[in-house]
Amino acid sequence: MLRFTVRRLLQAVPTLFVLSILVFAWLRMLPGGPATALLGDKATPERVAAMNAVLGLDDPIVVQYFRFLGRTLTGDFGNSLITGDPVMEEVSWAFPATLELSVAAMFLAVLFGIPMGYIAARFRGRFLDNATVITTLVGVAVPVFFLGFLLKYIFTQEMSLLPPSGRHDVLIDATRVTGIATLDGLLTGEFDATWDAMLHLILPSVALASIPFAVIVRITRASVLDVQGEDFVRTADSKGLTTQIVRKRHVLRNALLPVSTTIGLQTGLLMSGAVLTEKVFAWGGLGTLLEQAIQQRDYPRLQGLILLFAVVFVLVNLLVDISYAIIDPRVRVR
Amino acid sequence: MSILSTRKAEKIDSLAEGGTSLAMDALRRTFRSPVAILGLVIVGLFVILAIISPFIAPKDPYRPYPELKAELTPSNIPGPMPGFLLGSDQNGYDFFSRLLVGAQQTLFVGVFATLIGVAVGMIIGGLAGAFGGWVDSVLMRLTDIMLSIPSLLLAISIAALLPGSQWTVIIAVAMIGVPVFARLLRGAMIAQRSSDHVLAATALGVKRKTIVFRHMLPNSIGPVIVQATLTLATAIIDAAALSFLGLGDSDWRRAEWGLMLGNAQELLSVKPSLAFFPAIAIIIVALGFTLLGESMRESLDPKNRR
Repeated sequence: MLRFTVRRLLQAVPTLFVLSILVFAWLRMLPGGPATALLGDKATPERVAAMNAVLGLDDPIVVQYFRFLGRTLTGDFGNSLITGDPVMEEVSWAFPATLELSVAAMFLAVLFGIPMGYIAARFRGRFLDNATVITTLVGVAVPVFFLGFLLKYIFTQEMSLLPPSGRHDVLIDATRVTGIATLDGLLTGEFDATWDAMLHLILPSVALASIPFAVIVRITRASVLDVQGEDFVRTADSKGLTTQIVRKRHVLRNALLPVSTTIGLQTGLLMSGAVLTEKVFAWGGLGTLLEQAIQQRDYPRLQGLILLFAVVFVLVNLLVDISYAIIDPRVRVR
Repeated sequence: MSILSTRKAEKIDSLAEGGTSLAMDALRRTFRSPVAILGLVIVGLFVILAIISPFIAPKDPYRPYPELKAELTPSNIPGPMPGFLLGSDQNGYDFFSRLLVGAQQTLFVGVFATLIGVAVGMIIGGLAGAFGGWVDSVLMRLTDIMLSIPSLLLAISIAALLPGSQWTVIIAVAMIGVPVFARLLRGAMIAQRSSDHVLAATALGVKRKTIVFRHMLPNSIGPVIVQATLTLATAIIDAAALSFLGLGDSDWRRAEWGLMLGNAQELLSVKPSLAFFPAIAIIIVALGFTLLGESMRESLDPKNRR
């Protein structure tokens, strides 16, 4: 197990290494070059020249790359052009909001996705199954941000049931501890803040959950159908085990293996979706930072965010692989 | 002929069909399913609409109309009125005509984004699959990296490099598909490389080029076609997402559903239909391509072959 983990960790290193080269090259390909990108379009030629000297753009390219790598590894992504604050600071401030949203969405997707996929498989070809399959296909076809709009339109504009945007009502004075709004209220005893944060969380997390939900339902369904036809299930049946035991111990447990991998792979989609969802609901997380960075062409921030998203994605996949090896020992040998 | 002999004839026919190719077999199975037919109908109608829409649009989608402009204020966008089926858009253009013509531009973006993705992906995957060895390792590492960036962020980082034009959107969206197609084709070709018919061809002394193009590629193309159909759906949605984030086409006049949806986001409280109609159009078309792709995938799966 340890050997597998170490090997898998080492495999991630070249990926991250080449990724850093690509991001470095990307920064140099930006319109007007890195100095203009960092200073903004309105920079005078003198300032650009000065910035070039500061950035050491006269040095050999290899030297420049390793300087960039060194800065990145120490978490120095430069300062945002919009706020002037270090990108790292902004990112760590906004990260808990995105984490909260993504975890809530994934929780909903798993909570409803696995049972629905299982039920669909049990009633294969019947109405319930067809309805489920069609629902998931539509779920994939609906743009996440449009679903957000739709939910917002129905539940806030038409029914006034839920708050339209943000993470807290303006009247609520919540203390920030971890930055995860629902958790903070519990930690400080401000239960009204937690309740308020949860109300704010409902619509964005439902919108964001739509795609992982659809994928989880379909994988669970396909996987259960696969396992149901296996020899060991027939053996378990014929040796007289009750249907319940066969389903729980033999079918479900084996069917959930591919589902667990899928959940990991959904992280990337979840991040893409979070960017869009956060814009619809003015969430104030990483997606909001990214959206502002795009609007204002804030390249230092954009670069920091893209690196961060990619690193998180690589790490999550690493964790998924390792957990998969724990669940299924066969993976370790390969 | 009696019923019995008809049955017999059918049985013999079906036996003779045992020798048909997997592709023909899959195609026949695909169009036996109602889901596939629904998908095909949606896609077909969409393509027809895209072709004829400039001729059937009742008004010019690219110019403002004074009668619409007269009633246009920041808080009021005229609804349906005589001659203008769905009223005005935010610029005093005929919304209905723009919606119709939007099919063409949307198809254009979707098809070219997918084609570029397929072409680049197939070159990478084909080289990797045909040569193997270090070529394979290097190219696959490259696709791994592209896959390690969440798809929308990959598109965003490419769109940020280029000026905001329609081709920027197409190229950015195409890049999402590149690693997928590369991996897919490579996987299929590697499976082919160790198959009996390739071994036989090699033993007969057929040239490697001929083996790759005559034997390996045609047999690996099925999954690529399926994936391309599915990618068309996501490409249209991703293009809309880029527009929504402000990275889309800078030509706000262009009638393309994603762009129309992206530009209508601020106007939800004024005239929600400006967002809803393009969105519904995108959803239906995406669903059509998804239904078609999924049923093709299902019937190409040898496990479902009877």
